[in-house]
Amino acid sequence: MLARSASTGTADAGNAPAFLALDGLTKHYGSHTAVDALSLDVAEGEFISLLGPSGCGKTTTLQMIAGFIDPTGGAIRLEGRDLVRVKPAKRGLGIVFQSYALFPHMTAAENVAFGLDMQKVPKAERAQRVRDALVLVGLAALADRFPKRMSGGQQQRVALARALVIRPRILLLDEPLSNLDAKLREEMQIELRQIQRTIGTTTILVTHDQHEAMALSDRIVVMNAGRVEQIGRPQDVYERPATPFVASFLGKTNVMEARLEAGPAGVEAVVGDVRCPCPPHLASDGRVALSVRPEKIAFADAGLPCVIVSRVFQGTYWLLVAQTPVGALTIVRPNDGGTPPEEGAQAHLVWRPDDAAFRKWDAAAGANP
Amino acid sequence: MSAVADTGPRTGLPRHLLAPALMVLPAVLLLVGVVLVPLAMTAMLSFQRFGQYTGIEPGFSLTNWLEIVGDPYFAEMFARTFRISGVVTLAACLIGAPEAYIIHRMRAPWKGIFLVVTLGPLLISVVARTLGWALLFGGRNGVVNKALMDLGILSQPIPFMFTEGGVMVALTHVMVPFMVLSVWAVLQRLDPKAENAAASLGASQFTILTRIVLPQVMPGILSGAIIVFALSASAFATPAIIGGRRLKVAATLAYDEFLNTLNWPLGAAVAILLLIAIAAIVIGCNALVERRYAQVFQ
Repeated sequence: MLARSASTGTADAGNAPAFLALDGLTKHYGSHTAVDALSLDVAEGEFISLLGPSGCGKTTTLQMIAGFIDPTGGAIRLEGRDLVRVKPAKRGLGIVFQSYALFPHMTAAENVAFGLDMQKVPKAERAQRVRDALVLVGLAALADRFPKRMSGGQQQRVALARALVIRPRILLLDEPLSNLDAKLREEMQIELRQIQRTIGTTTILVTHDQHEAMALSDRIVVMNAGRVEQIGRPQDVYERPATPFVASFLGKTNVMEARLEAGPAGVEAVVGDVRCPCPPHLASDGRVALSVRPEKIAFADAGLPCVIVSRVFQGTYWLLVAQTPVGALTIVRPNDGGTPPEEGAQAHLVWRPDDAAFRKWDAAAGANP
Repeated sequence: MSAVADTGPRTGLPRHLLAPALMVLPAVLLLVGVVLVPLAMTAMLSFQRFGQYTGIEPGFSLTNWLEIVGDPYFAEMFARTFRISGVVTLAACLIGAPEAYIIHRMRAPWKGIFLVVTLGPLLISVVARTLGWALLFGGRNGVVNKALMDLGILSQPIPFMFTEGGVMVALTHVMVPFMVLSVWAVLQRLDPKAENAAASLGASQFTILTRIVLPQVMPGILSGAIIVFALSASAFATPAIIGGRRLKVAATLAYDEFLNTLNWPLGAAVAILLLIAIAAIVIGCNALVERRYAQVFQ
């Protein structure tokens, strides 16, 4: 709990003057709008993820911050200074590319030293900083190896060390973990977070992987079709998605049609026998779309009646599909030693009112995604 | 037990080598028939005597080889051949490598158009391309020379025909597409993001070119240089048209010995020596390149 409140401390730095400010940043390619008036304030030391499907404009945004793409409109300000007209070489940003983009004709140490060489750092200091950077990413032993002789994960670390050694004001990560296998990716996520915490560099990560974004970031910017759908802490974006797109992009969710009835404490949304208080601004429609995450649904003696259609064991959890009067629902139960109802069994489903999210009922979008 | 396992036919090749042997057979026959046998016959020819009235005399003799080693005329021919090849190779590097990089950086329609424009001349005969130079600069009647003299800019035609410089210029024109092709192949494999990475680390465009692009393209330039050098040193048509009989190189010399003097053994000796010299230089350079770049680019 302590760790959690510490992390929210850095995320709530929204009132401080922005370290990096994107103001109405726009990029058109002919008639196509890649990024549409994106505005974002990033606090110093913050870890921000731009999350979205491919083609949502997240990489274009990163490239504009880096200076490789000229924006059509809007401003990028770093500590109040406009960056748009500054050449990439003068921006002082560290970038890790999806392909790593290491220099194949240089050893790991030479790759890392390149940026310091450009800054004309004295030789002794350069050697020391290169060594420190390689130690930081755990590659001190491979300093003299060429990239071609390294694994993907090792190349990834060299790329990270090369970006960090110049002490960048902002670290930009462009899908840095997408070329690694699942196990290595998880390890690198933890390591990347630790390194970023240690050195405190403001970091912007571009990813299409919601798990990666949630594991690493202080705040997530969910993008779709060039627009920002929601900006918030991982918990907030996941638990209280602002739009149907966010809800479906960040993990699975169940959307149900709920009847509205007057209850003792105001209007209530009713699904089967499960009743939750409905937010007042949606209370006039007679029905409402109610969404619940699969892991928030539990089995109980009474509630929404259902028949279990399928039950799959996944090791750490059970994945179930249950047919209910309001449609098929996906349910995830942790493997806590107990056994959930088997296929064909009758059961009842419940969820806590806090775990339900409400939206206006839209018949067309009402189907369970 | 091993006797039981080994029941295949005992005649000829072991079974597992039979199929590969049959598959390479046509290529081997072709190589032996059109390359190795004529080459061996040429080599044997170079060890026979030639008499003004008797023609080729049977028997073994070192006469031709002693003549080549002893007569400074031949040394001059070979020195000129390799001087021309060296300068052409250098010029092809200096023109072809930047050309390939510039085309590589072009946008979509222009990239293809200029690549075709650059490589298109390979579709035209070397003779036609070289005759073009002769038309432009051939003595007083060459188009360019005539125009410049009529305009009063020059009083004498630009010396081009029958000069080493002329042969170098025309050969370079013929050879540049090979260098562009060779560098192009390497450029295609380059990660364009590496240039962005260098820029983000504070490198100027010039530094990116010299420290990031050039070292990566170097193997392409070197292999292109080997191709250009070997083709230039053995080139026949261009030196024959521009240099003519007055300015001979090793290839035109061998041709003259064969077809004008009819001294086949001496021509054979010149040809064999040229082959050995080119092979030695090419193999030596290639070994150097491979050792230098092995660990980086394999």
